[in-house]
Amino acid sequence: MGAISKLAARPWIWSYLGLLVVWLATVTFTGGKGGAEILSAALSFGTFTVIVGLGQMFVITTGPGNVDLSIPATIALSGSLAMKVMGGADAMLLVGLVVSLLCGVAVGGFNYALIRLLRIPPIIATLSSSFLVLSTAIAYGRGLKIKPPPMLADFTTARVFDIPVLALVVAGLAVAMSVLLNRTIYGRSVLAIGQNMRAAWLAGIPVERIRFLTYLLSAVLASLCGFVLAGFSGGASLNMGEEYLLASIAVVVIGGTSVAGGRANVPGIWGAALFMFLLVTMLNTFGASAGVRLIMTGLIIVAVITIAGGDKPQR
Amino acid sequence: MPEAPLPIVDFSNVAKSFGAVRALAGVDLTVRPGECLGLVGHNGAGKSTLMNVLAGTLSPDSGEMRILGEDIRQRYSVALAHQMGIRCVFQELSLCPNLSVAENTRVVHPTIKGPGWRGRAGALILGKLDEIFPGHGIQPGDHVGDLSIGKRQMVEIARAFTVTAAPLHLVILDEPTSSLDAVTAGQLLQYMRKAIGQGASCILISHVLGEILDYSDRIVVMKDGGVVAERPATGFSRDTLVAAMGTVARAPAAGQAAQAADRREERPLSVRVRPKGRPGGAALEARRGEVIGLAGLAGHGQTATLLQVFRAARGRDPDTEVTGAVALVAGDRQTDGIFPLWSISRNIGVRSLRRMLRGGLIDPAAEAEMAEDWKRKIGIKTPDMNDNILSLSGGNQQKALFARALGSDADIVLMDDPMRGVDVGTKLEVYDLVRAEAARGRTFLWYTTEMDELKNCDHVFVFRNGRIVADLARAELTEEKVLHSSFTEDA
Amino acid sequence: MLAQVLSPRALRAALPAASLVVLLAAIFYIQPRAMSYFGLNLMLQYAVPIALATIAQMFVIAINDLDLSIGPFVGLTASIGATLLASSPVLGVLALIGCVAAYAALGALIHWRNLPSIVVTLGMSFVWLGVAVIILPTPGGTAPGWIKAVMGVKLPYVPFPIVAAAIIALVVHVVLMRSAYGAVLRGAGGNARAIGRAGWSLLKIRMVMYAAAGTFGVLSGLSLIGLTSAADAHIADRYTLYSIAGVILGGGEFVGGRVSPIGAVLGALTLTLTGSFLIFLKISPDWQIGAQGAILIIVLALRALIKRREG
Repeated sequence: MGAISKLAARPWIWSYLGLLVVWLATVTFTGGKGGAEILSAALSFGTFTVIVGLGQMFVITTGPGNVDLSIPATIALSGSLAMKVMGGADAMLLVGLVVSLLCGVAVGGFNYALIRLLRIPPIIATLSSSFLVLSTAIAYGRGLKIKPPPMLADFTTARVFDIPVLALVVAGLAVAMSVLLNRTIYGRSVLAIGQNMRAAWLAGIPVERIRFLTYLLSAVLASLCGFVLAGFSGGASLNMGEEYLLASIAVVVIGGTSVAGGRANVPGIWGAALFMFLLVTMLNTFGASAGVRLIMTGLIIVAVITIAGGDKPQR
Repeated sequence: MPEAPLPIVDFSNVAKSFGAVRALAGVDLTVRPGECLGLVGHNGAGKSTLMNVLAGTLSPDSGEMRILGEDIRQRYSVALAHQMGIRCVFQELSLCPNLSVAENTRVVHPTIKGPGWRGRAGALILGKLDEIFPGHGIQPGDHVGDLSIGKRQMVEIARAFTVTAAPLHLVILDEPTSSLDAVTAGQLLQYMRKAIGQGASCILISHVLGEILDYSDRIVVMKDGGVVAERPATGFSRDTLVAAMGTVARAPAAGQAAQAADRREERPLSVRVRPKGRPGGAALEARRGEVIGLAGLAGHGQTATLLQVFRAARGRDPDTEVTGAVALVAGDRQTDGIFPLWSISRNIGVRSLRRMLRGGLIDPAAEAEMAEDWKRKIGIKTPDMNDNILSLSGGNQQKALFARALGSDADIVLMDDPMRGVDVGTKLEVYDLVRAEAARGRTFLWYTTEMDELKNCDHVFVFRNGRIVADLARAELTEEKVLHSSFTEDA
Repeated sequence: MLAQVLSPRALRAALPAASLVVLLAAIFYIQPRAMSYFGLNLMLQYAVPIALATIAQMFVIAINDLDLSIGPFVGLTASIGATLLASSPVLGVLALIGCVAAYAALGALIHWRNLPSIVVTLGMSFVWLGVAVIILPTPGGTAPGWIKAVMGVKLPYVPFPIVAAAIIALVVHVVLMRSAYGAVLRGAGGNARAIGRAGWSLLKIRMVMYAAAGTFGVLSGLSLIGLTSAADAHIADRYTLYSIAGVILGGGEFVGGRVSPIGAVLGALTLTLTGSFLIFLKISPDWQIGAQGAILIIVLALRALIKRREG
């Protein structure tokens, strides 16, 4: 009894429960066929959502009004920059990665500069900067049909025992982020700021520096996502980041992170990313149209936020 | 016609508690038509709570409430208060800054609508402004956000006196002159008398005792949630009023204080600060190992001065000297102190994370150790320091905030009226701890609204209108002196 | 006098109109032929749907929320307009009324559960898109003739989009800025507590504002298909960004209920013209969104400068 109620109190448990239900429904429908393949595919595709979801989680955790809307544009820019720099050559792999991450540093720094210098809400700042970033990506990456270096393509699609290697690496990244969140001064500061920015300042936390680092982290993770996503899908495309705007926010919310700030949850991000993918797979299996899939995705997010949110005044 | 008309307000035995704190301990209050009731009392006497009950924003725990003879205790609300002709001018402004003066007037008068409403609302407020504050220089089309704080206050006051559908019986003026200059304050008080002459009533709350004595018919003095004196205004003088607000003056512990004063100059300086914003007034100086009291009425610049010190410790401020690391103990726990999602031990440790690092990561053992250490030292009553901070009573939450500051590396501890709503037992424990820490060389800047706490201080600075107006060594400290400096004779 | 003209408040109010005038002047300088009935008509063709979407966003921003779903919502109403409304008008009208009601319900939900509007509207953007895709799986449909006729009106001397934009701005200005209840609505954005204390229902205010946003979203979708004749579920995806940018270019603040319908329409016109401006400059269309972002940032920077002067 005690163990169960303790487990139920962990917000991430719901995303895993949902994941299980959806998977079982799918497998039941197919008569037990393809269960493992579906999970394996979910691990592959969910990986990218997890990477950006982690960054978005830190941003959202710093409190109401904080959200990074420039993630899709950053993914597109980072992916096309990296592809062009590497030109399909394995030798340039590291250089490509560095360029991609530097692109993230630049975007994150720019985002924060807008927030700070123009004193505008982060939503508007990241939105405006995403216009510029996306345009840069379009101008730079138009007609770009460069294949990723073979090593990158191999790495992002490799599997051991049917488990994508990339998923294992990103699982490691998630563990690292969990440590960052719970065991470092930075992580504690993020949690404190999200609960009460003024109290955090009065407790001696350098609020502005922490916010700067948080927007930086989010943009760097988005860049990383662009890098591996371009490798995975055989090259960069300009709209490859599009679906990650909602996805990054959705996995954070469904994963049990509080949109009111101050409470974050890393395992939930994984659960939610897999859940989202499996949900779409299930609807596909049931023969639902694209429209129904979209509606379900939207309604689930609204439902989760309605049930979970609203415990604390926003703004 | 009955001999005496029905009183507008007739409260008896009204009580209200916030947790363990009794804000109102059974108050009787009567306001008769055509009189001005002056209401005075020191911080925490219960004035604001009583006025909030009267305005309908707080509902009391018990007691009888009659307005115009009607028993309205069960169904009282802001809307009903307005309907029954009770208006309130709160210290916090209740105007919408993005609307014009006329639009703000319309917001409280639902009957002003239809074509030409703007003109009618404008004429209504302009007429009232002209009547109260001749030469005010405010246009009905002015946006409130663009007006100075004084002019906003004038609009707020004039709006309270406007009448459309609902009648006007009683206007509560809570420190109405705080942001007005001497001329407009005089205009307001004269208008108030005129309105009273026409049958309205007022409750006037002010820290300017001259206003209370000159303009009220009757004065009620509150203390510790109860009424301690009630007499016609002519029955009070400034001195008797101050005496009624305080307790009988006790002789201070002269011996200990004299000793502290002797050594004062030899000690190294910890803080020197002159409150910003208002010219004039003295500077506050704190030396190592001293407990310095910041006194005066709430909201007269004490917290702002503490924050000025806090900022100066982190950045550069040529006007403020701070010689060591600073920690702050918040008084408003919910907005300034507590992290509501965290355990007690995390709440305590947040100011000392650097010390708990092992190999770059926070060591949970070190955090738990610090928590247990302070649980013992300061006596936090909880089965488990890993429980949520909100599982504690208010007093114990406050202890956790003390532990956060005292357990840190700070040389200077700023205390922002931290004993609000804390029980006596906790207070005494914390006083001892503060004295012990001061003896070990820590400096305390202690803003308090409670007279008794000032007796723990080596030196007390009294604030009024953002300035330091009195500088009292412990030997000279009496309650009467603090009250005298806190309340001015004139604006 | 000069001090009054140069006061921060006056500067801020003049910024939207000034941006538009500067942009127009630049266009006419580069391409004098644009300074004609035909040229303006062409450049401002899409100003009407964008202005309507901007007004919709403005209602939501006025109460300190943000609507990230207005683009897909406009796409949905366009899809309904090009299918249901054309084939069975009664059903079409009912569907559009349902859309407005859904917006009002959204406002109620956000108020009731105290939810962050961005997450809710982001989720709803998928719902709108999903419904639109079901109604109109592939681009197509036909706009009702009367809508095409309205949008294709040729007025003497002044091109239709300019007249229409002026009418939109004026109507909304009268309703929101000059009416008695409009003052209460805006007051809720400035000091919700004071409005609640004065006895107004904040729930009703939010529902009214969201319903107004829904109504203008519907109008935006219908005017859009009047221009394009056919619809597509994704036809207005960009409108979310346009509408937010339009409100900001028009001098609206994100919090505090400071919005201006006239400014919002001017902002929408400015945004519409940037496209033409960039084409005349022979800048590749790749940089179009980037230029819009840059203009947004420049305007915000100018405003930050003015604010600093205000102190």
